[in-house]
Amino acid sequence: MAPEVTAPSSGQGAPFGPDRAPRGGTLRRLLATREASVLGALVVTVILASFWVDGFFTDRTAGFLILDVTAIALIALPMTLIVITGEIDLSVASILGLTSAVMGQLWFLGLPLETIVPLCLALGAVLGAINGLLVTVAGLPSLAVTIGTMALYRGLAYVILGDRAVADFPRSWTSGATQRLGETAIPWVVLLIAALAVVFGIVLHATPIGRSLYAIGSNDEAARFAGISVRMTKLWLFVASGAVSALAGVFWTLQYSSARADNAFGLELSVVAAVLLGGVSIFGGLGALPGVIGGVLLLGTIRKALELADVSSDTLSVVTGLLLVISVVAPNIVARLKERRRPDTPSVPAHSNQR
Amino acid sequence: MAQEPPPVPPPLALVGAAKSFGAVKALQGVSLELRAGEIHALCGENGAGKSTLVKMIAGVHRPDEGHVEVDGAPIEFARPADAQQAGVAVIYQEPTLFPDLSVAENIFMGRQPLARGRRIDRPAMHAATEALFARLGVHIDPARPAKGLSIADQQLIEIAKALSLQARVLVMDEPTAALSGVEVERLFTVARSLRDSGAAILFISHRFDEVFDLCDRITVMRDGRYISTDPVAELTVDAVVRKMVGRDIAALFPKQDTEPGEVVLEVEGLTRTGVFSDVGFTVRAGEIVALAGLVGAGRSEVVRAVFGVDPYDSGRVLVNGRPLRKGRPAAAMAAGIALVPEDRRQQGLVMELSVERNATLTRRWALSRFGWLRRSTEERTAREWTRRMQVKAGSLSDAVATLSGGNQQKVVLAKWLSTDPAVLIVDEPTRGIDVGTKSEVHRLLSELAGRGLAVVMVSSELPEVLGMADRILVMHEGRVSAELSRAQATEESVMYAATGQREDAA
Repeated sequence: MAPEVTAPSSGQGAPFGPDRAPRGGTLRRLLATREASVLGALVVTVILASFWVDGFFTDRTAGFLILDVTAIALIALPMTLIVITGEIDLSVASILGLTSAVMGQLWFLGLPLETIVPLCLALGAVLGAINGLLVTVAGLPSLAVTIGTMALYRGLAYVILGDRAVADFPRSWTSGATQRLGETAIPWVVLLIAALAVVFGIVLHATPIGRSLYAIGSNDEAARFAGISVRMTKLWLFVASGAVSALAGVFWTLQYSSARADNAFGLELSVVAAVLLGGVSIFGGLGALPGVIGGVLLLGTIRKALELADVSSDTLSVVTGLLLVISVVAPNIVARLKERRRPDTPSVPAHSNQR
Repeated sequence: MAQEPPPVPPPLALVGAAKSFGAVKALQGVSLELRAGEIHALCGENGAGKSTLVKMIAGVHRPDEGHVEVDGAPIEFARPADAQQAGVAVIYQEPTLFPDLSVAENIFMGRQPLARGRRIDRPAMHAATEALFARLGVHIDPARPAKGLSIADQQLIEIAKALSLQARVLVMDEPTAALSGVEVERLFTVARSLRDSGAAILFISHRFDEVFDLCDRITVMRDGRYISTDPVAELTVDAVVRKMVGRDIAALFPKQDTEPGEVVLEVEGLTRTGVFSDVGFTVRAGEIVALAGLVGAGRSEVVRAVFGVDPYDSGRVLVNGRPLRKGRPAAAMAAGIALVPEDRRQQGLVMELSVERNATLTRRWALSRFGWLRRSTEERTAREWTRRMQVKAGSLSDAVATLSGGNQQKVVLAKWLSTDPAVLIVDEPTRGIDVGTKSEVHRLLSELAGRGLAVVMVSSELPEVLGMADRILVMHEGRVSAELSRAQATEESVMYAATGQREDAA
């Protein structure tokens, strides 16, 4: 191999395109990313909330904040990977609810939790696999598939548990789920979230799998031509999403010591909001995990601050919705402003597909 | 050129038209007159500029130079609707009807006859449709949905629509490519009756028998330029083929002579129903085998099936004697096949990703250690290969979309050559790139063959095929119609096989 081409220059000037990394080193480049603006917004929010909201800047608040966002943070991890491939999973909250219902029912029937928890995780994986198979084998859009299974899985949860609530889980398990780290008010769940975040972060940013996720999200045809198994990859992502949603369901049930069919109703919107807020493009191919963690914390912080300031829960969902819209619209506006500042963007010439 | 100037100005003419796409000159100085009551054929190789010309007449492209004339008066088509207004209708190879609307609704889309209360007057619309079909001498139920109609019937609906729009100029862009013999006859009957009622028709086809059967005059184009216009009576198939290919770039393609080695790639009886059938060939190490033929002959489909991106129904592919699992690009890559695909922007590259990511995408597992990819390894590899390919990029982190076409193609080549393949398949390797890079690519392919790679090259450019290939397989309508050695191959012999003619019959 190693063909040394000794050809003359082809007369095509080096295109110093606008996408060239800004001069001035790594720091400036890092500051220019979408992730950086999310983390900046987070810091600003924390500072503002500390000034204006009584009792916000305490480790007690931080502890409750983390418990509040546990489910969102966990599910946002696989969701990030799914959205980067250009798909979406809207059934995650229903998988959480169904897992919770099954967990309650099995406990009610007398199974030990040591058996129930693995069963629940496996159930989540199966539910995710159903999504994945419908998307990859049947070739349906994931938006349609998971809206369908969102209703289906939630309906099954009601079939199993009705409007009952199972609440008599053993204290050792429920307090275990909310156990603090040493003398602090920070729950140990934060370690689990951090560990999973590191795993997902490595997969996304430092493995061949991660490289293929971005390629799939930008152009799945080109990905296929590069030997990437697009269907298999997507299938496994949905399985991971189901399993992690089930894990979140187990924690939710133990944290609130309550298995109900309507647990985490509507949570999928918060998860998607956090992911998009974290700089992941809804069109796929763009985004990074640290940004999503920032997005989760930003969402949680804003909600916690408003909650402590006695803002009603209706207003909280208005805020979630607004953040979702802003996170989708803002990148477009920024891109348009950038384009206006640099009018000489070399438009890629229209390809003459003549025969 | 023409003998007897028409007494009236032609309903449509193109005068000195030129059009460029970036650096590619698709048309230069082309003039064409479409006379009333005449069927005019347009012939040329792939890439001769026929489609660009049609799009100009249809108001899709505006000429950079020159202009369109209607009835002898210059006119500017700013959009397709302007051309329609001027009485120009275009029938494409694949009509685009609304599948769920009825035949009549498709014909009268946007201008349905109205009854009182602005309701659509369905009976009047159906009657008008019947009347149009009666003029064309065909029978299609106006009330049935367009879905499920054959392509031939769909074309007739487009023609009926053109009639209802009072079109005086009808352009048919390869209308017969997907039709059966009977359907072609019916289309020709319709075309002749339209001609006899005074329409000007432009007919584009690669099938010479049809051109000579149907048309009155033939215009030949080559490389975006006008070559000639002559009455059919003064032409033979031979003469047209010569005009189409007659070109002089002999010494441009420096294929080194190599001693072919072992057979590396074997394809046996490869068939995909309706696309290609019973395609078989072998490629030896150090050999360049070209797949020639017209667009739509199934060449790209064959190589895509070999690589596993497309499925196939029967047959098999062997690399170094071992059969390849079908439908698995990853397996093909593991066996040593690389495919530089036809559509660089859709298939070859992920345009939004950086040069670096694109260059290393095929080697992401090979470059990782225990599943861990280091940025520095990726960057080093990308830097090395872009240097070897002499890719001109501002920085490796630039989106590959910011590069020129030629440099993009070099990134695709880097991406595949870095996998150290045994078989390199290139599909239209020099399409849409500048002349300088083109000869670089040719030299590279020749060198690679010299180093013992088995190269399969799909190309629509005859000089490229003739200059580069050791052997040429010519495909026609999904089958291999000829296998020519380097010595046997001439532009004429390849063109004959590609158009399904036999040399001795012409």
